[in-house]
Amino acid sequence: MPNTTIAGRDVAVDDEGFLTDPSQWDETLAAELATNIGIEMTDDHWAVIKFLRDDYATQGETATTRRVDKVGGFPVKQQFVLFPKKPAKKMSYIAGLPKPHGCV
Amino acid sequence: MKRLLVLGAGTAGTMAVNKLRPRLSVDEWQMTVVEPSDVHRYQPGYLFLPFGAYTPEETFDDTDRYIPEGVERVRGEVDVVKPEENVVELVDGRTLPYDYLIIATGTTPRPDETPGMDDDAVWRKTVHEFYTFEGAMALRDTLADWPGGRLVVHVTEMPIKCPVAPLEFTFLADAFFAEKGMRDKVEIVYATPLEGAFTKPVASSLLGGMLEERSISLEPDFMIERVDSEPAQIVSMDEREVPFDLLVTVPLNMGADFIARSGLGDDLNYVPVDKHTLLSDKYDNIFAIGDASNIPASKAGSVAHFSMDLFPENFIQHINGQPMTHFFDGHANCFIESGRGKGMLIDFNYDTEPLPGKYPLPGVGPFSLLKETEINHLGKLAFRWMYWNMLLKGTELPLPALMSMAGKNTSVLETPVLDSTDKELEAVR
Repeated sequence: MPNTTIAGRDVAVDDEGFLTDPSQWDETLAAELATNIGIEMTDDHWAVIKFLRDDYATQGETATTRRVDKVGGFPVKQQFVLFPKKPAKKMSYIAGLPKPHGCV
Repeated sequence: MKRLLVLGAGTAGTMAVNKLRPRLSVDEWQMTVVEPSDVHRYQPGYLFLPFGAYTPEETFDDTDRYIPEGVERVRGEVDVVKPEENVVELVDGRTLPYDYLIIATGTTPRPDETPGMDDDAVWRKTVHEFYTFEGAMALRDTLADWPGGRLVVHVTEMPIKCPVAPLEFTFLADAFFAEKGMRDKVEIVYATPLEGAFTKPVASSLLGGMLEERSISLEPDFMIERVDSEPAQIVSMDEREVPFDLLVTVPLNMGADFIARSGLGDDLNYVPVDKHTLLSDKYDNIFAIGDASNIPASKAGSVAHFSMDLFPENFIQHINGQPMTHFFDGHANCFIESGRGKGMLIDFNYDTEPLPGKYPLPGVGPFSLLKETEINHLGKLAFRWMYWNMLLKGTELPLPALMSMAGKNTSVLETPVLDSTDKELEAVR
């Protein structure tokens, strides 16, 4: 697993640049990750990311866009507005979580 | 007397009863399987029905013919499982108590989950699916005299049953129209919620190339919001519009509704289980097998088959109070019809993506992985015989249950590892 420097810190990432250790994540890091992919974080963005983090902590896996909609209450359409084109991937990237399953 | 109750006599449920009956003493264990349908469907055959390559008769047989002696078949539909009471209630009011329960009720297409998809004005007229017998036959009738135009093949949301089937359909459609001398009258588009043609990088890039060679355009990252009938188009969550004359969609797939009613399912009615043993996360006497579980593997008969080579031993250990030691690795092995008498084969598991090579004998084959050959196509056709005569009856096939790296070419994996942050982020953008 490669390491990289984000927000002045050494963090472990996978081949696609996703954090591999969710415990290395914090909000400063998230903001930097968001900037990397051209997203400026607003309260709406943070609300979704917070849901993903909390849900991961209890479920042990990353919520799918469906779950972010049904359980988190953020409609898929809104997810596409906040995290254009690839919401599932972008949300998990910023939240420092693995990409969600379903892609098999 | 203890009772093992199996819900569903599809591919996984039928294999399970055939493999478990000889392993459980008839004096101690009563075995019952609940299945509403008297007809067992050979679902891989649905792919060929729309093109007239299989006759309807080649895709079904009697359910009871494959239920072994010593297993009671209950014709009925499940209303609810009450896991705290260890009973299953049927829609007709009967109650079936159990000591152990195996849920094998699969997954089904749900066109009603997408607005506009199953509207009477379009459903099975200009909007089709081929994952049900009725759907495949309706599509056959439409294709028989379709004058050409814009064909859109579409996947609603992952996971779907047999994830390669929509690609196979696309390849076969290309060949079908070419053979009819009307390929120039048909524009083919493949719209998918994935980033590319398939889920895993090496196979995705290769299959993407095959679409390109066939002049089929790819519409990736397409998460559908609705189907419009006037004008006929599918519209994505980010407002992209893809017009069609004929839409062949794979609707949202979901597990059985009783699973939700019983509080046993996730967001899509799949039963959360341990991915190595298939034991329910919540109940120590409930397993979910085949497509009904939430394991992160392909929803496919081959996964059911390989997992069923290991499951019976686990089940026996579990009922005897021993730890289960036969861990399933998510092994899947799928033929991919590519048209014009050729096919490909992919072999993969939870951790290893499909790679090129030979299967099952390293270096020898006779099947080639991730490569179009005639032998692969013949293998797919021969599989139907094996399904009815060996697989369902629980006869061991000469194939290892767990995936093997022998015969696989891993060098293709060495190149794409990214070394710069910029490149890594490209994938996310």
